[in-house]
Amino acid sequence: MSDSPIAVEQHGPEHLHHFADAEQQRDAASLGMWLFLATEIMFFGGMFLAYLVYRYWYYNEFAAGSRSLDISLGTINTAVLICSSLTVALGVRAAQMGNRKLLVILLLLTIVFGFAFLGIKGVEWYQKFEEHHIPGRSFNAGDLIKEYPQIHIDPQHEQIYFSLYFAMTGLHALHMIIGVGIFVFLTYHAWKGRYTPKYHTPIEIGGLYWHFVDIVWIYLFPLLYLIDRKPLR
Amino acid sequence: MSEHVMSSKFYYTIWIVLLCLTVITAAVSFVDLGPFNTIVALVIATVKALLVILFFMHVKYTSERLTKIVIVSAIFWLLLLLGLSMADYATRFLS
Repeated sequence: MSDSPIAVEQHGPEHLHHFADAEQQRDAASLGMWLFLATEIMFFGGMFLAYLVYRYWYYNEFAAGSRSLDISLGTINTAVLICSSLTVALGVRAAQMGNRKLLVILLLLTIVFGFAFLGIKGVEWYQKFEEHHIPGRSFNAGDLIKEYPQIHIDPQHEQIYFSLYFAMTGLHALHMIIGVGIFVFLTYHAWKGRYTPKYHTPIEIGGLYWHFVDIVWIYLFPLLYLIDRKPLR
Repeated sequence: MSEHVMSSKFYYTIWIVLLCLTVITAAVSFVDLGPFNTIVALVIATVKALLVILFFMHVKYTSERLTKIVIVSAIFWLLLLLGLSMADYATRFLS
């Protein structure tokens, strides 16, 4: 039977039948993402609290550890993430305008920036590995103690700084890796032409996640790299 | 349709401001401002975060109040966690 007796409403993905209208559906998706991000803020918040308490207790060791990080690579990485946030924001705009080609290019650029960030982070971690600054049995703060005779450095407390450095940048890098995965998924579907000016919620909320990870780094950069860079007296 | 499409020029402006603030925060850290070094670094970071949240994440143009309530509460919980904990740790020398 070709004509059904019951009239079936036809909806695209932009308006599923359990939502009043397309706008309500969009708002619900973005609200859900923000709720998830609220839990992420608390997830990272625990680490920021641990950082604050130990920085308050062992300021000298935190300052010396911070000085040993490569500030140029840290600044470049901050810029790389800001550029990736720009490509995401422009990508959402391209989706709103229905420019499929531009959207795919911007999503690919975001992925490239994501890999650039992770690559630079990897170089920095490798430097720390060579300097024996990775917490554990081979940890050695002797170079910092020799370099800064003006301040008292306890190697055990220095390890706490580097434990937090690796835990916080590591958790952030894990979020970056997940973000790149999400953007590979989005690029594939954008290339297939799934996103239209009417329906591009995945781009929008994937973008929210990416910007959130950028914001975490915006705080990690001054807290880890810029504790105490002024000349020592 | 409440969806707000902003000009790409606007996004480029925010991007330039964010890059300038990054260079400024790195440069200022080498200047001896005493305890203000940390304060300046955190203020710049917060300005950058606000620019990203308001404009890149479109919070300034979102129509849904509930979303704004979630964001404000999330930041409030974080400040509660950090503030009350530090109120303990940072005042122990008094006892």
